[in-house]
Amino acid sequence: MLISEDLTCQELVELVTEYLEGGLSSTDRDRFEQHIVLCDGCAVYLEQMRTTISLTGSLTEEAIPAETQAGLLGLFRDWKQG
Amino acid sequence: MVAQVEAAETELLDALRAGQEAAFEALVREYHASIVRVARIYVSNRATAEEVAQETWLAVLNGLDRFEGRSSLRTWIFRILTNIARTRAQRDARSVPFSAVGDPSGEPVVDPDRFAPAGERWAGHWKSYPDRWDTLPEARLIGDETMERIQAAIDRLPPTQRQVITLRDVDGWSSEEVCSAMEISETNQRVLLHRARSKVRQALEAYLGQD
Ligand SMILES: [Zn+2]
Repeated sequence: MLISEDLTCQELVELVTEYLEGGLSSTDRDRFEQHIVLCDGCAVYLEQMRTTISLTGSLTEEAIPAETQAGLLGLFRDWKQG
Repeated sequence: MVAQVEAAETELLDALRAGQEAAFEALVREYHASIVRVARIYVSNRATAEEVAQETWLAVLNGLDRFEGRSSLRTWIFRILTNIARTRAQRDARSVPFSAVGDPSGEPVVDPDRFAPAGERWAGHWKSYPDRWDTLPEARLIGDETMERIQAAIDRLPPTQRQVITLRDVDGWSSEEVCSAMEISETNQRVLLHRARSKVRQALEAYLGQD
């Protein structure tokens, strides 16, 4: 058991990833969630972290340079010819 | 869903085995950037990482006939990659892998000034709440500039944090996949991810808080 009953906001922000990753024990998860229910600041913070994760997930890959692409295609053609 | 993915993968594999260039190009588009990123965990520079990636693609092609689909195509590709990258790193006498946990010192992820100081009645609680983002205009929240801020924040991270957040949150890897590619423990992975995500959040807060 990691979380004391009087979990502060300052402690909670350090546990957000562990919470989102499902790494907290069930007792700790309950305490985390009880705090979130009662504390608007931490509820917003958790939402910000969720938004951060989803925005990061929508980053687009940089395009592969044409030269690299051509090189790999050459590799594929060679392979095809055995 | 899983069945659909499997069907798509089988189709892709058939096309590859039949030598269809479009199938290979699709595969390259999907994985090349992550392959290079993962290779960079093991080798010291970008050029070597590109070489490792090339070698990986060749090994993937040569192994196609032996691939039986017992793991996902992605897992299989990255297993080949990590083997090649490890061998290469050993040859180049680089310690394998490059996996020191960035700042284990436990620097707080939110400025302590944001919380009431010890001794006060509300010690450790927010002095003032963070701003909600769900009331921002959508165009701003998901705008190009927001994306640029996120990318810039990721680019500024220490290498191991950058690798973890990119693999997990950009490429969508599972924590098991990241731990095994980077040879780090679940706990280390989580610490790195936590620091990385928190710094990206911080950068977003700074940007979105501007008027
Ligand atoms: Zn709170």
